[in-house]
Amino acid sequence: MLNVTELIKTFPSSRGERDQVRAVDDISFEVESGQLFTLLGPSGCGKTTTLRCVAGLETPDSGVIRVSDRTLFSSGDRVKVPANQRRLGMVFQSYAIWPHMNVFHNVAFPLEVAPRAQRPAKKDIKERVERVLSVVQLDDLATRQATDLSGGQQQRLALARALVLEPPLLLLDEPLSNLDAQLREEMRFELKRLQRELGITAVYVTHDQVEALAMSNRIAVMNAGQIQQVGRPREIYDKPASRFVAGFIGKTNFIGGTVERKEPDGVYTVSTADGALRTTSRADLPAGTTVVASIRPEHIGLQRAEDADSEPNSWTGMVETRAFLGESVDHLVSLGKSTLQVRCPARVSIPPGTEVVLTFPPEQCLLIPTDD
Amino acid sequence: MADTRGATARLVRIAGRVRWRRLLTPEALIIGVAVAIVCYLALVPLLYLLWGTFVGEGGGLTFAHFQDAYAPGTYNMTTLVVNSAIFALGSTVLSVVVGTALAYLTVRTDVPFKRLVFAASLVPLIIPGILHTIAWIFLASPRIGIFNHMVEPILGPGFFNIFSMGGMIVVDGLHAAPLAFLLMYAAFKSMDPALEESALMSGARLPTVLRRITLPLVRPGLYAAILIMAVKALEAFEVPALLGIPAGIWVFTSRIWQVLSGFPIEYGQAGAYSLTLLAITTAGVFFQARLSRRGKSFQTITGKGYRPRAMPLGRWRWPATAAVCFYFFVAVIMPIGVLLYTSTQPFYTVPSADTLSNMTLDNYRYIVDHPQAVRAGRNSLILGIGSATAVMFGMAIISWIVVRTRLPGRWLLDNLAFLPLVVPGLVMGVALLFVYLRAPVPIYGTLWILFIAYLTRYMPYGMRYASTSMYQIAGDLEESAQVSGASWWQQFRRVTLPLLMPGLVAGWIYIVIVSVRELSSSILLYSPGNEVLSVVIWEQWENGQTTELAALGMIMIVLLVVLVTVGARLGARVGVRD
Repeated sequence: MLNVTELIKTFPSSRGERDQVRAVDDISFEVESGQLFTLLGPSGCGKTTTLRCVAGLETPDSGVIRVSDRTLFSSGDRVKVPANQRRLGMVFQSYAIWPHMNVFHNVAFPLEVAPRAQRPAKKDIKERVERVLSVVQLDDLATRQATDLSGGQQQRLALARALVLEPPLLLLDEPLSNLDAQLREEMRFELKRLQRELGITAVYVTHDQVEALAMSNRIAVMNAGQIQQVGRPREIYDKPASRFVAGFIGKTNFIGGTVERKEPDGVYTVSTADGALRTTSRADLPAGTTVVASIRPEHIGLQRAEDADSEPNSWTGMVETRAFLGESVDHLVSLGKSTLQVRCPARVSIPPGTEVVLTFPPEQCLLIPTDD
Repeated sequence: MADTRGATARLVRIAGRVRWRRLLTPEALIIGVAVAIVCYLALVPLLYLLWGTFVGEGGGLTFAHFQDAYAPGTYNMTTLVVNSAIFALGSTVLSVVVGTALAYLTVRTDVPFKRLVFAASLVPLIIPGILHTIAWIFLASPRIGIFNHMVEPILGPGFFNIFSMGGMIVVDGLHAAPLAFLLMYAAFKSMDPALEESALMSGARLPTVLRRITLPLVRPGLYAAILIMAVKALEAFEVPALLGIPAGIWVFTSRIWQVLSGFPIEYGQAGAYSLTLLAITTAGVFFQARLSRRGKSFQTITGKGYRPRAMPLGRWRWPATAAVCFYFFVAVIMPIGVLLYTSTQPFYTVPSADTLSNMTLDNYRYIVDHPQAVRAGRNSLILGIGSATAVMFGMAIISWIVVRTRLPGRWLLDNLAFLPLVVPGLVMGVALLFVYLRAPVPIYGTLWILFIAYLTRYMPYGMRYASTSMYQIAGDLEESAQVSGASWWQQFRRVTLPLLMPGLVAGWIYIVIVSVRELSSSILLYSPGNEVLSVVIWEQWENGQTTELAALGMIMIVLLVVLVTVGARLGARVGVRD
């Protein structure tokens, strides 16, 4: 559906025209039809620039962008379709609702400015606008001035405007980031439902990992202009390919060490400052490699030392502080050298100063080679 | 290494091709035409002025015109510079003090009748400079002035003499005050009131707050106002011509006028004076730019909208009110009143019971039946509305290029559009004479040459209004139109222009006012049959038709009020509703 190949986009840096900042540094990805594909990363990672290149609002330095069989940009073939001829839908972070038009005219605009040969008749425009407004449940507000809408309604209006051309591809630039927490959660499901029901292919840009995990078919995690990992949400969360991905998606503990040996069943033994740890790894690592083991707070077992049976792959430590979070309780447990965060169900709450035993299921401890 | 170099070369080649293909779009055509017009308007007159002043008959470089212009005698350089400096300084001090005080009172204090004060501060803007000056001659001339008539029994004849440096300063300062008011109004409006309130909470009294907090914070705005007012005073024409020449007080502008209205006409000398004046105003604007750059170091004044809380004036409330009323009386009621009175008299005399019972509308009848006056009224209307519309539309495009695109050289365009700001009206007139007396474009002797003069002179104001609004429009409003499939023109017409409209209308109204008032360029460029209202008033003054002139002046003021009201109404209709 959408094919992006070897995309590069540089900007002149603030220090002068000669210095160049690589905002998008040679990235390639593919989005399948009907899927919601998310570009996830911290601010400044190049995700929005990538999206704007696809939209045609930025001109890449090089690379190829193709939607279905149509080449939108190709530096090699010197193809550059201007943004207004790409016929894609886009929802902006600020919604970019035109304040001088009412709801109906905002949505009708893309149809009204279509080239004369393709422009629908007035009657059809009205019909199509009404149809798409009812899809986003704004049909009773059509004559309302756009600036009189609430945040959530503006968001749906922006979506209706992007959908009215029935674009092959919908681009969403942090569409939920301007909403308050409760509305954001509501709209998340709403957006996902619409996308699935209408069978829309969408590229979604966000810095919110929860949003990305909840909505996407596939996620590309970006950092410093490069894609770090592409995969299904589960895969990204459970099997992060790099230290950056592990740290960015959800909370995690990093334990540094060296590979001691690999058992025939695929379990690695790693020696760390706090003792030996049994782990798994995605890649094949020879003995002696410097690694970090990543383990999520909710995957570490926590018991009072006096209640604990001696289990394999467990360490003892001392609770430093705890924090009640409603559905769970976070404990900071200090070992000899490091401090680990452990998340327990709300019924488990161990006071500071208590000696505890931490258990690490080897299949949840993932080894990541350190680059540095 | 070689590989990257090859890739770079390829990229450069692609960029080149893409740019060439882009040049053939309608977007590029519109932009190109707009840029060409700005360059033409801003640069050609100045180049011709330089050429005409420095290049002699034979084609060689010459300073003869400067030597003639500054020959020792009545008009030597020292006298001109000193007179111009005193006049500009005095007028600036008066207008900035009055304008700042009015702005502070209306924006930041609980002075009563705020709306009235605001209106009173702006009304003088509508009175053309020539009418304002003539009204003051009626009020304070030693022979016929009403003031002198009133104080004569006590102080003797001719106590007030408007034909003096002091008189020139008062009249010009009062007339310029509304502009200073507008500039300072914006500066006070954008200041966070919490800054003053926290000083009050620290225990400071109102005068201390004013001196230690308020004035330092608006200092960048104040400097800008001072320099703009000084440049305005240097290029003022009506006051030095009508009040200064009879008194023998010469400044640059009145000298330019003299050498051009005498015989033989000394274009070269006019060029020499013009270039000197231009050098002074340019230096002033550069100086201001440097000051305001330094001013940025403490930008606690943000563009955010505040709901300013009024500072209680306490026991100063009523004295302040009295001062405002006095200003209103002196700057608005008296000049307009004396014009109205004069327009009803068969010949001008000091008002008395006798003259007040002899009122007549004959002067208005004369004006309405007078073909020249009617034609001039039509010309002023056409030129005012035409140049305001053309300037605002053109500057909407230019400001879009400057603010939105990454076109190389757009900063140059920005500066070119501002360049005419330093060119005094009379100098612009001289420069355009140089161009169109020599260039084979047959527009001398038509309205077109006035149109070009107004277009050039008011381009900077249009640019300021348009670019200020352009900065306030978020870029993604336009990008979403592009993504929706709109072409550049569709996007500009249906999204950018409507959003700009409030700013464009404000600029339009301002330009209509100033171009209908315009005298200093028109007086050099008009030709019989192509007069504008201000020129007709000037001629009637020279002919001694004072009462007819007053009637025409009243009609002109009413016309301007109607234009402004209609413009504001229309603007409110097309603007964004919030």
